[in-house]
This record gives sequence, structure tokens and C-alpha cells, in this order.
Amino acid sequence: MRHLMNPLDFTVQELDKLFDLADDIKADPKKYAHACEGKKLATCFYEPSTRTRLSFEAAMLNLGGQVLGFSDAGSSSASKGESVSDTIRIISCYADICAMRHPKEGAPMVAAGRSGIPVINAGDGGHQHPTQTLTDLLTIRALKGRLGHFTIGLCGDLKFGRTVHSLINALIRFPDIHFIFISPPELKVPDYIIDMLSEKGITYEEVIRLEDSIAQLDLLYMTRVQRERFFNEEDYVRLKDFYILNKEKMKLAKDDMLILHPLPRVNEISVEVDEDPRAVYFRQAQYGVYVRMALILTLLESACLS
Amino acid sequence: MLNVGKIEEGFVLDHIKAGKSLSIYHHLQLDKLDCTVAIIKNARSNKMGKKDILKVECDINTLNLDVLAFIDHNITVNVIKDGEIVDKKELILPHEIKNVLKCKNPRCITSIEQGLPHIFVLADEKKEIYRCKYCEEKAGEPNSIW
Repeated sequence: MRHLMNPLDFTVQELDKLFDLADDIKADPKKYAHACEGKKLATCFYEPSTRTRLSFEAAMLNLGGQVLGFSDAGSSSASKGESVSDTIRIISCYADICAMRHPKEGAPMVAAGRSGIPVINAGDGGHQHPTQTLTDLLTIRALKGRLGHFTIGLCGDLKFGRTVHSLINALIRFPDIHFIFISPPELKVPDYIIDMLSEKGITYEEVIRLEDSIAQLDLLYMTRVQRERFFNEEDYVRLKDFYILNKEKMKLAKDDMLILHPLPRVNEISVEVDEDPRAVYFRQAQYGVYVRMALILTLLESACLS
Repeated sequence: MLNVGKIEEGFVLDHIKAGKSLSIYHHLQLDKLDCTVAIIKNARSNKMGKKDILKVECDINTLNLDVLAFIDHNITVNVIKDGEIVDKKELILPHEIKNVLKCKNPRCITSIEQGLPHIFVLADEKKEIYRCKYCEEKAGEPNSIW
């Protein structure tokens, strides 16, 4: 049985297959409207996340399946002190597949080790968020027509931003990608990522000002500075407004540059940019549903075979 | 020069970095064994200048070679039988170490999940970097051992 813990769990070939399936779902959703009839998805969310949870639930409902679950630890047995290992054993009796978000890093991996059903990591602390990465990759593939041969700028919180780390790890498997890391010095991409890029001979630049590099970019991946990742409120307040993408800055960008954002946005992308055809972050959320549909189908199929 | 006699059966850990023998004594939990242990500090060494040596008179199988390899894989392990060296064990960095180090990441699931073993996996053999199996936090120095 397969689980999804890390975006690298799938090979490049498996990703292609998954994205082909997502494309097919997008092209003909009716074909899949009953694909999961009689199946249940458990959404075990130990911390609030409206977007990801609803995206999973929409994906399962679109496939004709049903959903059950909880949306914060307070309304689960975790509040009574139940371990993740025990909870997943129980959930395995109630559902066919589980999407788990947990504030503790590695919790979905612990669940997968004890589970009788496929477990999808729907975000574990500051560690991994693989379905966001799959969403990002599918969006790039669908709207750019390729995965590889581009310059991508990653902007904002590159230190704590798990979506950024996962995306970098996933993208380095594709050819000819140049990274430009745009962040304040305090939120620079961690050294281990820089070391990894150097070892693999992948080119990158680190800059502070977005204006200095935006003209080079084929893709701009914006991120939010997340309050919950800081232990110190003062640092958060100081850094949260460091980057704001507005119309003025967009004038410097290529005509076909795409802006992605894992959302939610706070103020790092000015609302005036939303009307720009290069702003694809809301479409990205729609691709998130397609890729989760494809993932649910793929993992349920693997569970049937095992 | 101080002379410490031969052991009849057991093992000798040679080429320990000077000053490290006592911590290895604890990490291997030799204090819990009811056998003769000699800790030799700052012995003269042609190769190292100064070195520590541990002589332990007990069954070789009681020694956790994975822990020793994690601490320092350059240590020489001589197996002794009838007062003679009969084998030299090569220390290879273990792929995985279990319940040797505690994950220091407060956000790691190991900080709350009961009965969960603390497992570190060799992530980079060349740089000898271990990472927590669950949260991928880099392992601390061997002296941060459990």
C-alpha cells in the first residue's frame, strides 16, 4: 500500500502519470463522477486549515465518495491524550483513505506506519506539504506547458516556508531550472538547500530586492510570512511587510511570467494584481482539487492491489 | 609508563580520541556491566600523538557497534580470546540508529507520541550527517547522545 509523505515519494515518471490523470479529470470530470462511490475519505486535521481540508473534501465529493473527519485537535480524541498511532488504527476501521494535517512534524509518517489505509500528509508543521507541491507542479505544467527549462523566483519567507522547500526539492529533478531566491537576510533559504543545489550543479542566485530580478523570471512563487512559524512576535511584525507585489513591480516582469502563491495571501500581493492575467494563484487552487482527485484515485488503486 | 595487563576474553577499543573514553564508556553503557573495564587515558600513540583505550572483559556481543560507529568510526575494535587478538571489527556508519539520540526539534512528533522510537537515518554518508526519520532535523554531535 502506498502513502504520500513527501513530494519525492513519486518518481518523475509516476508524477507524469499522476498529472496526466489530473489533466484527464479536468478535461472530462463527468467520467470520474462516480469513481469513488462507496468510498470514504477521513480528513484528520489536528490544526485548522480551511483551504487544504476543503480541497480534499471537494476532491472526494467530485469523485462520488464521502467524507468524514475533524478540523481541529480540540474536537478530536487528541484532546483526551490519544496518540496518533491509536487514532489512525481506529480511523482505518471507518474510512478507506486518510488525509492528515498535524502541527507536529512527522506525525503523518507515524500514522502511515500503523495504518491499514493509505495516508496522505496534508501538512506536518514546518516540514512537508506534498499535495501543495503537487498542485504547484501541475499548475506549472498545465500553464507553462513544461516542467523544466525556466527561471523561477521564490520570494518571501524562504527559511520557514515548507512549500518553498518542497517545491525546490521537487523541481531539481527537472532539467535546466535556474533558481532566484528573493528574501530578507533573516528569512534566507536554509544552508542545506544551498549545499544540495551546489552539489548537484544547479544554478541559483540570492537577492534581497524583488525589483532587481523580476525581469528575469518565467515564474514568480510568492509566499506569506507566517506568524505561526515564529517564536518571537517582534520578528514577525518586522518582516511581514518586507515584500509587496504591486502593479508597479509587475511592469518590470515578462509578459508571460506567471505568479503563483500557495495561499492564503495576506498583503504580499496587492489585490490590484489579481486582475493581471499573469496572476494564476486562484487557478492554482482549482488545480489543487484536480491533483488531489488524481492522488486519491491512485492511492486507492494501490490499496486495492496490496 | 603505566602498564595495564592483558585481558583473556573481551574486546579492546583502540585509537579513541584522547579524552573521549569516558563518554564512550557511558554511551556503551559499560557502567551497567558486571565485568572488568580498564579506561586508559592519554596513552602515547605514533599515529595520534595521544589516544585513549578501553579494555573490556566481556562477551563481544554485548557491544553495540552501531553506537560506536556513530560516535567515531575510526576506533579500532580488537576482539580478544585466550589473551590474543582473534578479530578486528570494522566500524561502518550504520544506516539507522535507534534510541541513541533524542530529536531536539520541539516540533517533532517524537516530542509527544508515547512509545515512539527516536530513529536517525544516515542522510549524507560523505559528511556523516544523520537526520531524524520523522522531521528530518539534523542530528546533534554524538556528545548530545541520549
